[in-house]
Amino acid sequence: MHELGIARSIAGIVVERSGGRRVARVGLEVGSLAAIVPDAIQFCFEVCVRGTVAEGAALDVTEVPARATCRDCGHDFAADSWLEPCPQCGSLVHDRRGGDEVVVTEIELAAVEEMA
Amino acid sequence: MTVDRETVRLQEDVLAKSRGIAERNRGWFVARNMLALNLVSSPGAGKTTLLERTVADLAGTIPISVIEGDQHTLNDAMRIRATGAPVVQINTGAACHLEADMVARALAELAPPQDSVLMIENVGNLVCPALFDLGEHAKVVIISVTEGDDKPAKYPHMVAASKLMLINKIDLLPHVDFDVSACIERARQVNPDIEVLQVSARTGEGMGAWRDWIARGYKAASEFSLV
Repeated sequence: MHELGIARSIAGIVVERSGGRRVARVGLEVGSLAAIVPDAIQFCFEVCVRGTVAEGAALDVTEVPARATCRDCGHDFAADSWLEPCPQCGSLVHDRRGGDEVVVTEIELAAVEEMA
Repeated sequence: MTVDRETVRLQEDVLAKSRGIAERNRGWFVARNMLALNLVSSPGAGKTTLLERTVADLAGTIPISVIEGDQHTLNDAMRIRATGAPVVQINTGAACHLEADMVARALAELAPPQDSVLMIENVGNLVCPALFDLGEHAKVVIISVTEGDDKPAKYPHMVAASKLMLINKIDLLPHVDFDVSACIERARQVNPDIEVLQVSARTGEGMGAWRDWIARGYKAASEFSLV
């Protein structure tokens, strides 16, 4: 359950960047090889933002594929898993790049209506 | 006055803080010419037995100290202490892995000497410890022959993150169905560059090559000076 620690960091970033305004939605990019379970991160995020300006905010998770370059034929492709054969030659031996990122890409701040 | 709904675009790396602490640990090791290894495996693969044997084998040649990570108990630290190596136990409680800040705190308590080797025994778990850089030079994944030889395919993150795979308990090979070459092939599909050594921490078979591997890393770490 490493998602809990990660969700806590996400909550910290969101609250800090909110400027005290209510947060309606948070955009998160997660690498396809980051070993983050979407349901787990959703659940942990809900718990971590309880009692903050981001309580009840939606967490939109977008998966970002890793890139792989085949060592046998040099083909460059998006890799969603560790054991994906090269789509061009079928080789399983590649150099992978990225796929481990966890990035808060945006926060949507709710409208504020103030009485004059 | 009304303020409209507003989207703030960010590019905030969620793991930046923990990576920063890991980098600080790495600098700490470099400044002291230390080699730090992060030992990872599933529970029961023989990490502590391997460490006991390694400490005994290196005695008098390379100073070695140990950070033990477990959810609970001081059992492993007591086993290491019996070998004479300085040791600090971290109990992670609910957490399933060590993180860089825990190691930083343990280092302050352990105060390992210059020109030494630090072994960090992570919590027995083949998933989460793969994701957390502690500032070590290398992760060493230990797979024992009493597990399935498809472990590298089942837990690819760990194999991808490791520099060396130790296949342990090879003295039991005649009694189990573990296919060593299949295991190595699967590991190299995930990490084509992973080095592999076959050992038995119990009988000592293959442990010479593991000692040499540590000694090479130790030599490289002591020759790497910032000055």
